[in-house]
Amino acid sequence: MSASLVDISSVSHRFGQQVVLKNVSLQIEPGSYTILLGPSGSGKTTLLSILGGFVTPSEGKVFIRGEDCTSVPPAKRPTTTVFQDYALFPHMTVGANVGFGLRMQGVDGARRAAKAREALALVGLAAAFDKKPHQLSGGQRQRVALARALVIEPAVLLLDEPLGALDLKLRRQMQDELKAIQKRVGTAFIHVTHDQEEAMALADHCVVMNDGRIEDEGPPERVYARPATRFSATFMGESTILSGTVTEAKSGTVTVATSAGPISLPGAPQPGAKVALAIRPEHLVLGATGGAVALGSAKVRDVVFQGSFKRILASSVEDPTLQFIAKAPASAAVQPGDTIAVSCNAGDIILLTD
Amino acid sequence: MSTVTNSGRALPRAGRALPWALVTPALGWTLLFFVLPFIAMGFSSLTAHDGGGFTLANYSQFFTDPSYWRAMVNSLQVTAIVTVVSVLLAYPFAWILAEQVPERWQRLALMLAVLPFWTSYVVRSYSWLLVLAQNGVINRTLTGLGLVGEPLQLANTRFATVTGFVHFFVMLLTLTIFANLKQLSPSYRKAAADLGAGPVRTFLHVVLPLTLPGIMVGAFLTFVLCIGDYITPQILGGNNELLMPQLVMMQIGRRGDFPLASALSIILMAVVTVAYLACARWLKIERA
Amino acid sequence: MRRIVRIAAWLYALAVYGFIFLPVIVLVLFSLQATSFPIPPFTGPSLRWYQAVLSDTRLTSALVNSLAVAILSSAAAVTLGFLSAWGFARFTLPSSTLLRGLITLPLTVSYLIIGMGLLVLFNWAGLPKSLLAAGIGHVVINLPLCFAIIYSQMGDHQINIERAARDLGAPEWKVLLLITVPVMAPAIFAGFFLSMTFSWDEFVISFLLTRFDTTLPVEIWNLLRSGLNPKTNAVGSLVFAVSIVLVVLFELTLLRRTPA
Repeated sequence: MSASLVDISSVSHRFGQQVVLKNVSLQIEPGSYTILLGPSGSGKTTLLSILGGFVTPSEGKVFIRGEDCTSVPPAKRPTTTVFQDYALFPHMTVGANVGFGLRMQGVDGARRAAKAREALALVGLAAAFDKKPHQLSGGQRQRVALARALVIEPAVLLLDEPLGALDLKLRRQMQDELKAIQKRVGTAFIHVTHDQEEAMALADHCVVMNDGRIEDEGPPERVYARPATRFSATFMGESTILSGTVTEAKSGTVTVATSAGPISLPGAPQPGAKVALAIRPEHLVLGATGGAVALGSAKVRDVVFQGSFKRILASSVEDPTLQFIAKAPASAAVQPGDTIAVSCNAGDIILLTD
Repeated sequence: MSTVTNSGRALPRAGRALPWALVTPALGWTLLFFVLPFIAMGFSSLTAHDGGGFTLANYSQFFTDPSYWRAMVNSLQVTAIVTVVSVLLAYPFAWILAEQVPERWQRLALMLAVLPFWTSYVVRSYSWLLVLAQNGVINRTLTGLGLVGEPLQLANTRFATVTGFVHFFVMLLTLTIFANLKQLSPSYRKAAADLGAGPVRTFLHVVLPLTLPGIMVGAFLTFVLCIGDYITPQILGGNNELLMPQLVMMQIGRRGDFPLASALSIILMAVVTVAYLACARWLKIERA
Repeated sequence: MRRIVRIAAWLYALAVYGFIFLPVIVLVLFSLQATSFPIPPFTGPSLRWYQAVLSDTRLTSALVNSLAVAILSSAAAVTLGFLSAWGFARFTLPSSTLLRGLITLPLTVSYLIIGMGLLVLFNWAGLPKSLLAAGIGHVVINLPLCFAIIYSQMGDHQINIERAARDLGAPEWKVLLLITVPVMAPAIFAGFFLSMTFSWDEFVISFLLTRFDTTLPVEIWNLLRSGLNPKTNAVGSLVFAVSIVLVVLFELTLLRRTPA
């Protein structure tokens, strides 16, 4: 076994006929903040349930601290889950909720209360000890759930879309707090979300999932800058995607025939290979004074003002099925209906082999 | 997401024995004291009153003796009248409670409207007997005002039975229809008004169709409870005109004829089942 | 136009209220009658018929019987209903839909037929008529009700609450006692009180299955043989009062339990 805190080894899972996880392997390091990112149905929540012990995988094994935990019940494994709906006990005070896990371990009342207060202070809710869950706001309940899970000092904290029920502003604020709390306690957090901004802001290690598989994993900066697959290039941030065929390959440079013309870039695929080229919106250059790689001209269909920038959607004049997504300064004088030249720099193009 | 959440139900970590230990007492009770009696009744209905073996005589008696037939026809007629009259009375009443009464008084108004619901069933029918008797409140009032010369024969009639039933079911249906009307999101009405429908057309095209399933459930409940009830027809209708439950009870009381009583019960239940199957697709309660 | 609709609505509502309350008012009013017939003119008020009821040992013992049957049968119904609802909601059981349907099936069958079936069965098994037999029948009619109420309240959210408790180390019996029962308390109370009122009011099953010791509705029925009698009014009014107390208790428990 490796020295990883959690080692998920070739896990597959089926619900009846439906295969929701397909041979997933994943290592998680101590003290890391891991995000499982994917759309609904990608299997990320099932993977979390398998880690928490609520679901036993159809195939494969789960090791935590080197021990085989595959069919160990939730209570007996060093994980705690923060549920999406928080699952606070409505009939107990906040203090009793946070102290519940210690009570189950047989910790006496006074020590329990002290530790619960400590945990509540950690999440900034020291004053809520005697309140009932229904007297708290959504964000506060979220913190109570976090304190309740952390107080029993799990090796791994599992968070199932913990910010999903909060409004946008609160979500961004809680996001920063979650990160700060994680750094303070040093517990490994595994957090499921479909919000890529959340993923980029929080993760040390980002795992992009789709259709029961891991598409890509690594530091969010790397996943964003150099996505491994077409899915990851479009799910983790937006991209313009050009499909093409390699026509020439020599000394680490390939030439790809696309509907926007031939494009040369660094890469290794053999001639004849079908590839996709992804370009991040901020790397597309609009207008005549452009980058080294010309992508033809495009007719602007929509300009969406987004505060600090404008998001521009345009269709290629050469190939109307090709859609450009670009980012322009807020001051840019682009109007729907304009026809403009599109280009980029070869180094910014992400080469994806299909 | 939901499929994944539901999958969390597969949780029997405590072993297979626990879930069965939880559900077996209730299932056992139902089998022993509901299903088994029913089977016993089925067997009983196929035996002769004076002992002896298998016979279909109890059933053939029902289908051949016109006085037995008559009881079933009476039951169906009374039940149909009661169901229709109760719905027609209760719907406007529930609508007024839900729409015209100010929000803060609605709970109280509804509680008041169903208060007599909680009187004893026997007592409620007896109370109507007081009201409808030969020299009861209504007849005294009518003769006192000189509207009628002779007291009217109100008690011991089908009218009395229907009145007693309607009283009960108006309360029941008011409850269900009120709940239905309150469940309707106000935005439906606002949307209809916004699109140019007046109050009448909003009611006819939006409110009524949306509450119709609830009415159907209430009407079916009325049907089932009404056709199986013994007390109301026995106290208010008397023996002038027998309904099915009275006929069943008569077999036990007077003659101790369990086989015939069983056969009649099964026939009554069959009628309810047919009615249920006939309106099952409007009821949508099967899913639950 | 709006005014006319409003006035018509009010008149209609008043008429229906009148219809609903007429028999109850007549019942209670003539329970206070001083003379021997509960018919106009009113001769009271007098409490003599209430005294007659309270000194009638048959009626008072029937009242005690009714309360005992109601409390015990409701406790049994709610216990069985809760355990089975928990079992079905939390665990995947084979042919769960069918079995749940079986438990709720008695709801669709009239009391007369349930009573008849039990009468035939007990008669066949040689069991005598008794309050116990009636109590068994009351559990049959109230168990599906308790089951349906409690089962409907066991949603996904409650499932997560129990999962959280298990995750934090609670063994199954602690999950039940510390989490499930307290969280489900409103539904359990609702099931219990509804069962109480139904059992308290139930006539035909008790009538068929009891003989000497019987319940209050059956004893009132026996009183009816003597025709219109203010004593019946008095006992009816008392029963009504008890029911109202039960209902108000029920409302208060529910209201208190619902967070503002």
